[in-house]
Amino acid sequence: MIDSTFGFAGADEAASGRELTYIAAISEALREEMRRDPRVLLLGEDIGGDFGGAFKVTRGLEAEFGARRVINTPIAELGFTGMATGMALMGLRPVVEMQFADFISCAFDSIVQFAATAHYRHLGAVPWVVRAPSDGGLRSGPFHSQNPEAWFVHTPGLKVVAPGTPADAKGLLTAAIRDDNPVIYFESKPLYRTMKGPVPAGEHVVPIGKGHVVRHGGSLSIITYGAQLREAVAAAERLATEGVECEVLDLRTLKPLDTEAILSTVRRTSRVLVVHSANQLAGVGAEVAALIAEHAFECLDAPVMRLAGLDTPVPFSPPLEDAYRPNAAKIYEAAKALARY
Amino acid sequence: MTADEQLTLYYWMQLTRAFDERMLAHWKQGRGVGGTFSQRGHEAISVGAAAALGPGDVVSPMHRDLGAFLLRGLTPREIFANLLGRETGPTRGRDANLHGMSALDRGIIGYISHLPHSLPVALGVAMSFRYRDEPKVAMAFTGDGATNTGLYHEVLNMAGLYNAPLVVIVENNQYAYSTPCRQASKVEIISGHAAGYGLQTTAVDGNDVEQVHAAACAAVQRARAGGGPSLIEANTLRMLGHAVHDGAEYVPRELLAAWEARDPVSCYRRKLAAAPATTDRLDDIERRCRQEVEDAVAFAEASPWPDPSTVTRGVYAVAQEPPEG
Repeated sequence: MIDSTFGFAGADEAASGRELTYIAAISEALREEMRRDPRVLLLGEDIGGDFGGAFKVTRGLEAEFGARRVINTPIAELGFTGMATGMALMGLRPVVEMQFADFISCAFDSIVQFAATAHYRHLGAVPWVVRAPSDGGLRSGPFHSQNPEAWFVHTPGLKVVAPGTPADAKGLLTAAIRDDNPVIYFESKPLYRTMKGPVPAGEHVVPIGKGHVVRHGGSLSIITYGAQLREAVAAAERLATEGVECEVLDLRTLKPLDTEAILSTVRRTSRVLVVHSANQLAGVGAEVAALIAEHAFECLDAPVMRLAGLDTPVPFSPPLEDAYRPNAAKIYEAAKALARY
Repeated sequence: MTADEQLTLYYWMQLTRAFDERMLAHWKQGRGVGGTFSQRGHEAISVGAAAALGPGDVVSPMHRDLGAFLLRGLTPREIFANLLGRETGPTRGRDANLHGMSALDRGIIGYISHLPHSLPVALGVAMSFRYRDEPKVAMAFTGDGATNTGLYHEVLNMAGLYNAPLVVIVENNQYAYSTPCRQASKVEIISGHAAGYGLQTTAVDGNDVEQVHAAACAAVQRARAGGGPSLIEANTLRMLGHAVHDGAEYVPRELLAAWEARDPVSCYRRKLAAAPATTDRLDDIERRCRQEVEDAVAFAEASPWPDPSTVTRGVYAVAQEPPEG
């Protein structure tokens, strides 16, 4: 269990002493929004009853809200995601659970063609959320470990968020449910039960589009999100013992990117390492690097570096998967080299 | 059906036909923008089905359903403006020809090219009625070609499973672009597999507006009363190409001739003209439709183009976004 405050918890949160796991924070956001707003309902495979979904995020919700609001679906991601779009056009606020982010490709057509374009085409708001349990390190192989956020970041009309702490898991899901646009919410499976941290009780909204500097330091900036935030902070703590002080910027939202937060950290440190679990080519890191090159070139003392998944399917066997994905040790090495550049 | 009700159906079919012919002439003169889709042969289906809906019901037509768009409240002016990419069309120049023409305030959901993607959306609309205990119905249109997709079957399965107040109209016009049905599936009666999913199914002559209308009324009533979803297969022939560029040389001429003799608009006129004293009223309707269409063309051509400085507007719903223009 790793403390997710990274030593920067707000005074109120620290005072409350209330901690939740990352997964419990997601469940709490769903429950509180369903209590607050009768338009919020859930759709997905196996989410109902005592079973409560493959990861148990929705356990207990059917008992509280009934089968009318917690709708078990057949294995038909394309069909039920399109159904959510119809409900959303009628003013409901469906939250769709993809059993794994990997299966979102089944629903891709309806998301990127119908839902994402609806408002531009005819001003029809589509206020749904698709929750996508993503990321690996759990020895789950090519089809239960993916991070397909770049597909959706590339799609006009969508918003994309990827919390890296329990507090943000609750606050960003709450914001996503209240947003009038389709939001893809990438929740990190490796954090579900291995990360615990302070989560405000009751109303807690983290605005979409705002990054968060979770650690300050002048030597270089590590820009990251999702499960790699924890790895980046661990690497930064180790580097600090060697006199290298890293600033860690958690993007939290991938679309729209917090351009100001990105450029600000570059201006403070002049060295940038971008880290994500998704494969590197044409990933979010490429967009961050391009933004910096266009708008903060003169501030740089070193090339922008990326550390990301390899351009392979996500491999299964532990030595292969460890070779595939970034972790604290790899971030430590890459950051150390960048600091010396 | 009363004479007035019959004349009302005829009016919508005739308006659809007059609009279609004027639209095609416009394109042949090189005054169109991009491509567009003829409605010829589909008038009885789109009008007969949509006329079964009541206030508060929602319809999701496809690109052969001009009649449904008109009947449910989009005006000829708005639609022609959309065809010409003008600011005054329902998509403000954002979406092409008959695509995307939603008017949610009038219960119309525009379609996207990816058939049958309107079907799950219409199912969601129907489920929203169930969710709110509203006695309303959603109706969605698709074509024979789209019945070969997996999504079509996902939707029928869920519609049956959830007993959704949904009416699906499958317009079997015998061709998916250039491919005849028999080259795309061994299934001969498309409505057949829907029965397996628990939908009420029927197949009707899609060139007989009263037959389409009667089947649609029964399906809408059943859905409204909680009796669940229905699927109506309406058989016709697409009388022109897939879109205006397409000469449809692949359709046998004798097949076209046989269906031309069964043209839904002229056959219905002949039927109604048999009753005494209706000829004048039919002539009157035709005159009125031509006038409405000419007015629509003039309105569209006089309408402003969208302002290029607004090109990024509207991608997102923003509560505080100022109104356009």
